[in-house]
Parts: sequence; structure tokens; C-alpha cells
Amino acid sequence: MNAVELRNVSLALGGRAILDDISLDIAAGEFVGVLGPNGAGKTTLLRAILGLLPPRRGAIRVFGRAATRGSAEIGYMPQTRSAAAGLLLSGRTFLAAAVNGHRLGLPLPGKAQRAEIDQALARVGAEGLAERPLAQLSGGERQRLLLAQALIGQPRLLLLDEPLISLDPRHQAEVVALVASLQRTLGITVLFSTHELNPLLGAVDRVLYLGNGQAALGTVEAVITGPVLSRLYGAEIEVVRLGGRIFVMSGGHDMESAAHQHENGHGHGEAHPHSHDHALPEPERGDA
Amino acid sequence: MLSYDFMQNAFAAATIVAVLAGAVGYFLVLRGQTFAGHALAHVGFTGATGAVLIGIAPLWGLVLMTLAAGIGMGFIGERFAQRDVAIGIVLSLSLGLGLLFLHFYTAFATEAAALLFGNVLAVDRDTIRILLALGAITLATLAVIARPLLFASLQPELAEAKGVSLRLYGVLFLAIVAVATAECAQIVGVLLVFALMVGPAATAQRLAGSVAAGVVLAVLLALGEAWLGIALAFYTDWPSSFWITALSGLAYFAAALPRPRQVAQAG
Repeated sequence: MNAVELRNVSLALGGRAILDDISLDIAAGEFVGVLGPNGAGKTTLLRAILGLLPPRRGAIRVFGRAATRGSAEIGYMPQTRSAAAGLLLSGRTFLAAAVNGHRLGLPLPGKAQRAEIDQALARVGAEGLAERPLAQLSGGERQRLLLAQALIGQPRLLLLDEPLISLDPRHQAEVVALVASLQRTLGITVLFSTHELNPLLGAVDRVLYLGNGQAALGTVEAVITGPVLSRLYGAEIEVVRLGGRIFVMSGGHDMESAAHQHENGHGHGEAHPHSHDHALPEPERGDA
Repeated sequence: MLSYDFMQNAFAAATIVAVLAGAVGYFLVLRGQTFAGHALAHVGFTGATGAVLIGIAPLWGLVLMTLAAGIGMGFIGERFAQRDVAIGIVLSLSLGLGLLFLHFYTAFATEAAALLFGNVLAVDRDTIRILLALGAITLATLAVIARPLLFASLQPELAEAKGVSLRLYGVLFLAIVAVATAECAQIVGVLLVFALMVGPAATAQRLAGSVAAGVVLAVLLALGEAWLGIALAFYTDWPSSFWITALSGLAYFAAALPRPRQVAQAG
């Protein structure tokens, strides 16, 4: 069975067309990297699969059923950093908020819920983070907790929105390896959106590249090519492979690195790697 | 001290209000909506002075006006409650309106001071019954919606994806805050609602790592500060609202200062 099916889907946000007449199938158990420049619709597509944004046209199905809000089959890691990052609440408390979080009542987890929290923590290797205040965790540690939170409720499909943002290359590689191992051991489907292709190389089964209202789904070899990306960017794109890495260039500029720098307001590109592994939380970002 | 009726009433009223303010305040601080709570208190001033002008009890004017404003804020949007400028304008507008109502009701100067700065020693038995009933309903409502409210406060995007209506819980919560604000105003006045609702809750959040511990601690702090404030007022003859704000501030800074690194992080 397909985990996600899009049939002639058009998505719009505030009257602006984002994706136009997209049809694609993502098989159960696949690890798909969702790529594309800023505003290409990565987050919009994930929100549509969650049932938060009804398509203007077409149909979205998740495990054979129409996408609806509140599906227990989908685990979600949103991109926006929550204000909780500055709180002194423990990681466990933060995680526990997601357990049966939609049900009325007092937020006091019972035995079964506590076991589920422990299991989710263990799956991402975050047992040691559970009792520490959120504000004292590094960006990478917090991503680990958010990933554990996405696993609450035993989802079959994980939607991860920009989990690599604001991480240095070492922590990016750790997150990708963790997600890949979860996908294998749990047999779940993963859609992983990111600006940067390189950290995903070797881990993803296929990539879904969005741009210009269109989408291309296929293996890295099939999609990351000059002709395909030129169509998606609406500009002449050159793909340069160098030492096992792939650079998407336009007029001599590295597109992915440029997009990343633009979005964060400061460089995370290959030229200026710097560590984010410190105790202070990242400032709130205004990016959508 | 407790042989006086007015002191018994003051302690009873302070107990009811402190329990409500501590619990509601915890979520208010968690959601970053403290300024909205402050604005609701000011709107309540308009309601209270308006009520006096048309000849009904100020408490009902307070409750009705804050409720209407709280629900209105919730419907205008989740984000409105965090918008400083819009709230600031509502805040000054309500105080201005309250002033106008006072202007029409000239024999009102002492009651105005009581509304603005509170006068817990003037609370009577009937008021206590109303405080208790409203407080119980409000606290029960908070208990029923606590889990989805917490989820929506900590992880709004995820909660929305899991089927939690951010709008619904935003409106319900601001309605709860409205009643709590009106109750607090009886003790410390509309201008000093922060002392009971925000101070203890913010202190508790610096000290407690879990929500349950935080809420309990916020309630205990609010109780302790209110009781001690009233007792100190009795022995010094200084205003109880002063003592409660002083204790609230003292507790907050005592909890915040020893760990300057975390103060910076909370910013």
C-alpha cells in the first residue's frame, strides 16, 4: 500500500498557488527527502498531508484514506521553534504534553503513557535528556526530543519539517542517521524536508524536489540533474558532483547554501561552518 | 487578628482567589500571554466603574466586561493576545473610559482607589460566596481542558495537526483568565493583578521542572504571599496590596537572581 498518494493536487496559500496539478505515490516504508528552494511549498505540502490545508483541487490520501486532521497514523515534527525552548520545563514534561494531548482532562500521564514516553525517548537515545530543562539543551538535543515527540502514538508516517535547520554538519549527520535507523527498525515511512541535499545522500530512497509549482520524485540520480532542476527553478541550473557531494549551481552560485543563508540570516554554508552545540537556545526564527 | 470579622473575610477571599490565580497564572505565563491578562484587568476597570454608574455591584461589571473582552480577544485570534501594541491601546482606552465614568460619578474617589489598588479588608460575606462559586466553576473548567490547553501551549503546530483546535482553547482559556482577573482585582485591584496572577506563576516556572509541580507551587506561593501580605497589612497598617506585590516581587527575584544564565535564557 502507498503511504501517501497525491492525485492532481493543487495547493494554494492565501490565494497564491504553491503546487499545481501534482500526482505522485510514496510507498510505505520509503525514506523520501523533500527538497526545494524557499517558498517552493515543502511545509505547505506537509501541512496538506496532515489535513491542515485542504487542496484547492485533487485528492490526498494517507494509507488509502483521505487526509484528515488529527490522524493518529502521522507523526509530525514542525519546523517552527516553539517558545518552549526558553522554558525550564524538563524534556519529559515537554514530551508528555503530546501524549493523548487532544483529549480533555488533567495532563497527568498514567502508567501506560509513561511507558510510551520512555519508549519514545529510548528510540531516539534521549533518555539522558529527559530530566534536563529544555532551555539547557543544545539545538541537536532538542531536535532529538522533538523527534521522540513525533514518535508518540506509534505513527506509520513521519513528517519532519526542516529537522536540520540551525545544526552544524556533525549534528546534521547524526539526525539523518537517527531518522534512517528509525525508518528501518520501525518500518515507517519518512518525509524529511530540508534545504540541503548533501546530508541526506546515502540515507534517502528517493527525493521529492519542489519548485515553480511543480514536483519531481525519483532517485537522486534521476532528479538531481541539470534539466530537471532547471525546470523546477525556472532558471539555468548546473549540477556539480564533487567528492561524493552534489552542488546545485546557478550562474556560479550554490543555490542550496544561498537559500539556507537567506533563511537563517547567517551562514551555515560549507565555507563558514560553526557550532550550534551550546547551551543557549536558538533565537526564535521568523521563517515560515 | 482572626477575631475580627473583616480579617476572616479577607483571609477567606484571599484563599479562594490565590488558588485560582496560581493555577490560571501558570498557564498564562506558559503561553506568554501575561500582557493580555494585564489588559483584561484594565478592561475590568471600565466594567466596574460603568457598573457603579448604572447602580450595580462593581464585581459584576468586572466579571462581565473581562469575560466579554477575553472571549473577544480569543476570537480575534490566538496571536492577538500576544500583540503588544493592540493590547496596549486597549489597555489605555479602558482606563480612559473608566476615568470618564468616574467623572460622571463624582462621589466615587475612594471606591476608585479600591478598584485600582484593591481593598481586601472591605470584602463582605456575599462577595466571598460569589468569589467561591465563580472560582470553583473556573477552576473546574481549567481542569477539564488542561491537557489539550497544555499541548496547544507547548507545541501549537503539533497540537493542531493532532486535531486540537487552537482557536477553541485560546477562547476558553482567555475566558478563564477573565474570571480569574476579575477575582484578583477584588484582592489587589486591577492595576496589581500581576502580583497574584503572574508573580507566583513566573516564580514557580523558574523552580519546577514539571507542570503538576509548577501549578502546585504557583498556588502555594500565591496563597503564602496573599496570607502573609494581609497579615503584614494588619500589623503595619500599610496597604495589603503593597505587601502582596512586595512579597510577589521578592519571591520572583529570589528565584530568578541566583541563576543569571537562566534569566538571560528566559528572555
